[in-house]
Amino acid sequence: MFEHVISVVTQALPKLCTGMALTIQMTLFGVIIAFIIGLIACLARISRFKIFSAVSGAYIYIIRGTPMLVQAFFLYFGVAQLLPFKLSKNLVGIITISLNAGAYMAEIFRGSIQSISKGQMEAARSLGLPYGTAMRKVILPQALRRSIPSLTNQVIISLKDVSILSAIGVAEIFQAGKIITARNMESTIIWTTVGAIYLIVVFLLTKLANYLERRTSYGQSTNKKSS
Amino acid sequence: MVKVQIKNLRKCFGDLEVLKDIDFTVDDGEVVCVIGPSGSGKSTLLRCINALEVPTGGTIIVDDHEITDKHQDINKLRENIGMVFQQFNLFPHMTVKKNVMMAPVDRKKMTKEEADKKAVALLETVGLASKSDEYPDNLSGGQQQRVAIARALAMNPDVMLFDEPTSALDPEMVGDVLAVMKRLAEQGMTMIVVTHEMGFAREVADRVVFMDGGVIVEQGRPADIFGNPQNERTIAFLNSVL
Repeated sequence: MFEHVISVVTQALPKLCTGMALTIQMTLFGVIIAFIIGLIACLARISRFKIFSAVSGAYIYIIRGTPMLVQAFFLYFGVAQLLPFKLSKNLVGIITISLNAGAYMAEIFRGSIQSISKGQMEAARSLGLPYGTAMRKVILPQALRRSIPSLTNQVIISLKDVSILSAIGVAEIFQAGKIITARNMESTIIWTTVGAIYLIVVFLLTKLANYLERRTSYGQSTNKKSS
Repeated sequence: MVKVQIKNLRKCFGDLEVLKDIDFTVDDGEVVCVIGPSGSGKSTLLRCINALEVPTGGTIIVDDHEITDKHQDINKLRENIGMVFQQFNLFPHMTVKKNVMMAPVDRKKMTKEEADKKAVALLETVGLASKSDEYPDNLSGGQQQRVAIARALAMNPDVMLFDEPTSALDPEMVGDVLAVMKRLAEQGMTMIVVTHEMGFAREVADRVVFMDGGVIVEQGRPADIFGNPQNERTIAFLNSVL
């Protein structure tokens, strides 16, 4: 029995790991682009120019209001297939993750920017700093640090959401698991293994986030930790 | 010479008229303390002077530049108007020295080396040179406020605005901050100080302005205002605080 489990797992592991490698890659590219989209969308959202704010608001509303599965199908079958040039599934997958996570990150950034006391902006402006500089040098460094826990959350969600992209045929870990179980019918063993691989990756991700949070802390907390 | 000239200043928040047709001038090197009950509009008046609040009407001229003129580069004008806040508002992610250096370097008023030297010198004058590399959270309230004064002075302002600088401090911290402000006054800085520290107003101010209900009710030399107030609202206020 035990040997049987071992043999099924060892046979499946290379394919599952390749799948997880693709999942991680797509997550990584996806959330990096999402970070940029999120930051821009957030700054547009809080801009005093109504047009920026409205466009960004619509984007966030649409993404949050529809399932990612629908977004993936729309982008792959509804947009990519109609283009004169070919976009790979993986690329469409990354775009889907980026647009999806970008909207949530925009709201995360907005929340943390608004959590910084108004006095910080006033102090920066009263020294003669323009709005953009004050944002960049005073507000964002504090807000980004404060957003690390929620961003970590979003990265974990995105990592798991990559599995949704199996529906458009992306060969990530969930897709790999489906193909393997279709062949060997060992659902219990395979899905346990897939789950375990996810847990390991999320565990490492959480450690990385904690490290980042510690590294970027300032003031009292730094001193306490270093002493 | 007139440093700050305010004419017909009005400020409304929605239906609430916080400042009603204020006329007010401050001379070069003058120290003016603005006193009055909370909600009298004194902080709003101060915040209009560097355009943190946009006036509903009227004009404000600082150093021959009209703050209320929309075509003026407000950032440039603000460089010459230092402000100190009740809540200090130091930047918690920068060391004390970085807090002081940041604006002069960014606004290209000074090179990094000059700003560094200036920051050390300013921290010296507020008695906090030894805290240069600390983060603000590690400082007491009084120390933070003295750093905030140094930060404002780093831009070489012509006018300093103080918005209840000691109201958030523990009583034993108040003295140090007031001492720094007093020294600044003696060096000839033009200062407008919104305060509840009547002792400071009496001792340091050239003029005391009493505001209530969005208007300047009475103003004059500290000895006159505190010793022989004329308006009954001033009398009532002073009776309640002294």
